[in-house]
Amino acid sequence: MTVLRLVFATLLVLFAGSLPLGAAGPIPATVPDTMEQRLLACVTCHGKNGEGAQKSETYPRLAGKADGYLYNQLLSFRDGRRVYPAMNYLLNHLSDDYLREIAQYYSRLQTPYPAPVSGAPQAVLARGEGLVMKGDAARNLPACSDCHGKALAGTAPFIPGLVGLSPSYIRQQIGAWRARNRHAAEPDCMAKVASLLSTEEISAVTVWLVAQPVPTGPAPAAGTALKLPMDCGSVPQR
Amino acid sequence: MKRFLFVAVIALIGGLGAFLFFSREGPHKPLAQRFDSHAKQIAHGEYLARAGDCLACHTSRGGEAYAGGLPIPTPFGTFHVPNITPDAQTGIGTWTADDFWRALHEGRSRDGSLLYPAFPYTNYTKVTRADADDLFAYLQSLKPVHNPRRPHDLSFPYDQRKMLIGWRALYFRSGEYENDKSQSDEWNRGAYLVSGLGHCDACHSQRNLLGAVANDAKSAGALIPMQNWYAPSLTSNREAGLGDWDIGEVVELLKTGVAERGAVFGPMAAVVQHSLQHLTQADIAAMVMYLKSQAQEDGLPEPDQIRVSAKQGEELTRKGAKLYAKHCADCHQRRGEGVPRIYPPLVNNQAILMRYPINSIRIVVNGGFAPSTAGNPRPYGMPPFAQDLSDEEIAAVVSYIRQSWGNHAPAVSPTEVANARGLPVE
Repeated sequence: MTVLRLVFATLLVLFAGSLPLGAAGPIPATVPDTMEQRLLACVTCHGKNGEGAQKSETYPRLAGKADGYLYNQLLSFRDGRRVYPAMNYLLNHLSDDYLREIAQYYSRLQTPYPAPVSGAPQAVLARGEGLVMKGDAARNLPACSDCHGKALAGTAPFIPGLVGLSPSYIRQQIGAWRARNRHAAEPDCMAKVASLLSTEEISAVTVWLVAQPVPTGPAPAAGTALKLPMDCGSVPQR
Repeated sequence: MKRFLFVAVIALIGGLGAFLFFSREGPHKPLAQRFDSHAKQIAHGEYLARAGDCLACHTSRGGEAYAGGLPIPTPFGTFHVPNITPDAQTGIGTWTADDFWRALHEGRSRDGSLLYPAFPYTNYTKVTRADADDLFAYLQSLKPVHNPRRPHDLSFPYDQRKMLIGWRALYFRSGEYENDKSQSDEWNRGAYLVSGLGHCDACHSQRNLLGAVANDAKSAGALIPMQNWYAPSLTSNREAGLGDWDIGEVVELLKTGVAERGAVFGPMAAVVQHSLQHLTQADIAAMVMYLKSQAQEDGLPEPDQIRVSAKQGEELTRKGAKLYAKHCADCHQRRGEGVPRIYPPLVNNQAILMRYPINSIRIVVNGGFAPSTAGNPRPYGMPPFAQDLSDEEIAAVVSYIRQSWGNHAPAVSPTEVANARGLPVE
């Protein structure tokens, strides 16, 4: 029985091998039915594992960010609230459902974080740490950690992590908010926060943030009990 | 002097038009009730709004549907598209079905003023009164949105609305679509949709200096002004003429955005996403049947591009072969055969071999996704190569693709790529 099967299999292989290759046309390539394959379009800028480009000011890390945040950004790019022509164009014809799936895909990626960047003067770092972790009550400036989580890895599902980003990206985005070039759903709390920061303070916050070592795979904090210090249109309050 | 002459000519045309101007048509006769409920009429109107892709122009990016506000840049200045929700102050809330019919059929606003043909009434005039009434019923059923309209921002002399009298005398005849009795019902249905609500020739025809489509240019292909995408000829089989396409194949392309032979991209991706995918299989098939009957065999299109010397062309193609193997072959396959419905084939793909190379260049520069549709909800994407490849490299790879595996189209100049890079992406 086994012998018969072997003979049959051999014949089959021989027969298949003897077919001229062109006769049935080239064997169709199999394309993986995965999000990874679908999103190869994003790799050029955001990296193979959503790590972003560290030296670039415009290609941020996507891996591990809260999915609701990523979804809101994708919608904003598609609908023109955030302006970056390459992104506005690429997302132009994609549906809400697909954008949600793209956001979930990146939020689940566990990609190692870059090494901390050190070297800023101690006084600047101290000022940055104060603003990030305590804010400035006298100016009604909340701490970053109030919303972005004690570990600054974000708060699920709408608030992004602040760790693992490039310094130029952080600086540019806070600057864009202050200049009203970047928008979120109204009330746009980040626009308000950014408007309270001076250029030196943005710098201090940035250098302190990028100097923090990031533990492997920090997950966004659970957002269920989060009480925001201000109204944010992107974070619906229950 | 030249400008003066131009203005004088326009004025002359205006005068001529006034002379030729016909009086408005009388009120229409009331129609028999065609639907047993108002809801059904509204649903049919919604379908017609999809067929006309009204949303595409009457909605600003990220704005409320049909509330207008989209700026449309043209060679004559920028049009600001009006609000067509039933808001009494800023929309068409106070319009009657007669007013709406007159806008569609005669290109006149409620106050009698002439509408600019950026609103494609040269096509919409073919819409039947019954369909216009259904469309109106649907628009009146929308939530009113208060969105004041901005005046158009047109340069002289185009800001002189009265000039339109002349324009209309030359280029506009009002009249519903009339069935061609020598053709089948299906063919006529297709012709009605393509030439009327579908307004396909609004993009696929070259416009003259006055923004009008001459009869011999109808659907013969055009570089869309300001957008700088080439809308291929629908009448030549060398381009997007459907003569040698299977009807089912084109129906699939227009319903889902992808088919074995290619994918829609650029402005056509929007048309599929917002309009065509929502139409019935039967209507799309009718449109395809009609378009197929319009297609002709003809010679190679005369290339309209910056010339590349034979020597430079060879160099580009040689370089392009290496770049293709490195950047393109993983998806589009080694010999450009592609993967059906996922990665468009590059062999014998008319979209790559057309008279303007602009579309191929832009796709390499900017990448892109086929549209999300019910039939292809999660399209695969193509990365932009703007930051990875130089103008010369992009010219090389496009030249290689246009000249390999049986493709015969001229090589592309790096200058052409440099020009395309500077274009705004939409």
